[in-house]
Amino acid sequence: MTETSGRLAACLPIRSDMDLAWVRQHVRQAAAEIGFGLVEQTKLITAASELARNTLVHGGGGQVESVVLDNGRARGLRLTFTDAGPGIADVERALTDGYTSGGGLGLGLGGARRLVHEFSIDTRPGHGTCVTVVCWAAGAPRPRKEAR
Amino acid sequence: MTEESATNRGASARVVGDFLQRRREQISQRWADETLFRTVFTVSRDETVEAAGALVEALAVVAATGRIEDVQAPGFAGVREQLARMAASRARAGATPARIADEVAALHPSISELLTADLAEADGEGTGAHQVTLAVLLGTLRLVVMETALSAGEDIIERQRLQLLEVAIPVIKLWTGIVAVPLIGTLDSARSQVVMESLLEAVVTQQARYAILDITGVPTVDSLVAQHLMKTVAAARLMGAECIVSGIRPAIAQTIVHLGIDLGSVVTRASLADALAYALHQLGAVIVDRAATGGGPR
Amino acid sequence: MTGGPGIPDGTHVPVLMLGDVLLVTLQGELHDKAAEQLQQDIAAAITDRSARGVVIDVSGVEIVDSFLGRVFAEIAASTRLLAAETVVAGMRPAVAITLVELGLTLPGLRTALDADEALRMLTRASGYLSHVPGRRENA
Repeated sequence: MTETSGRLAACLPIRSDMDLAWVRQHVRQAAAEIGFGLVEQTKLITAASELARNTLVHGGGGQVESVVLDNGRARGLRLTFTDAGPGIADVERALTDGYTSGGGLGLGLGGARRLVHEFSIDTRPGHGTCVTVVCWAAGAPRPRKEAR
Repeated sequence: MTEESATNRGASARVVGDFLQRRREQISQRWADETLFRTVFTVSRDETVEAAGALVEALAVVAATGRIEDVQAPGFAGVREQLARMAASRARAGATPARIADEVAALHPSISELLTADLAEADGEGTGAHQVTLAVLLGTLRLVVMETALSAGEDIIERQRLQLLEVAIPVIKLWTGIVAVPLIGTLDSARSQVVMESLLEAVVTQQARYAILDITGVPTVDSLVAQHLMKTVAAARLMGAECIVSGIRPAIAQTIVHLGIDLGSVVTRASLADALAYALHQLGAVIVDRAATGGGPR
Repeated sequence: MTGGPGIPDGTHVPVLMLGDVLLVTLQGELHDKAAEQLQQDIAAAITDRSARGVVIDVSGVEIVDSFLGRVFAEIAASTRLLAAETVVAGMRPAVAITLVELGLTLPGLRTALDADEALRMLTRASGYLSHVPGRRENA
């Protein structure tokens, strides 16, 4: 197990669709600074946009915290989306493509999970939702993770 | 195990450690003739003996500290790199891991002989126990060599994987508005990603309406590869280009059917030539065979 | 408009008329509300000016998430009901790869390499590409 160090980059509120644009803007800058390739960058920003919108639409607003990671071999970005909304009763179902409770295409959670390297969700009905994603810049131990 | 036998064992390890230290030069000379050293160190006999000496020294330290069964014993630290180089060198020469293990085991008889002779000169007491200790120590050495050989192998594999990724994927312009990428070898996820990105970049730079993915050189298509092909096709379509998959050999076609993969939404052609003909036709170009009397399109 | 320097033109998208085709050029960040507004503007423009087609140039767009993807799909579906055709033009490779990974392949949507080609596709309703090399030899 290698030591992973983290540095808090920002903590942004998610209260309106203007904030979604700021989240995307912040993630774009952070990802570019870390050295993400264009495609990786686009995937991460898109995932952030999906998750931030979930926080806004389903969680009734919340915040995102971003941390720059360094595990000695690669640098990455960890984003944690937190809301105090109703929570998700059936997480497995919420991660299934096509499942939606908010009139979207139902790709938000499951789609975002496919766009990042690590994905975890912590939620309980009535206690809000916390989604954490991690993306590593190219050269990261990604192929092994995919081999699961 | 009783406390007494544990103490005995520690004592035995010290005796063996002592022996290794005293007879270091002699053992090194004998080991220098063994396959493992002889085939790796080819510059001079002195170099070979010196390398063998370093290993004897390390074993002596391990024995002296009583950790004869411990692969992680600090005594091995100094020779790990040398062992890794030796194992890698033997592997490059075509020796299998089992063969390398045998070659390490082959170091035992000569040293065991010496131990018997050495102990006979002294009181000769507990010879059997000391022989067991020596056998255990060399068994541990064998494990250490295997371990370093495996991790060296992993490093080589990782390096080659990165090298393979770095090899530029050639995207060829076949005609105005038609690009092709010939895929060769096994497609893993990382490589498929590079292929997809290169092809789509070429679609933009070459203003290509048609992109051909030729899989003639791909040995097998499993569901993962098929999924990557379909993703590339879908992404190209979003950009306004049509993808054609060509070079599907009969065996691969059967596999695809057996796996239940639906390539129905993908335009496929048997050969790259057929794919090019299709794309040209779609672009409105007509291929004329001047040799044929009719001169009609193919 | 209170948008900072990093968020250009997020609020309103102009809809231009070129012949009988509507041209919409998206640039940079597009706010959700602006995207919804655009949907209405396009539907209104088609009926008001009896346009036959809509070209959405996305070559300047760096991010398309499922929300914006859905907006494209809905514009295409609603323009079809109004007897017009929608073509999305110039999508960047990174955006296309991301959409596919997201699971959004937008099968009902027509696409083109760039706005130029999209306009040609719409203005020449039947059969495309006028230059046919080798036709003379064929005669």
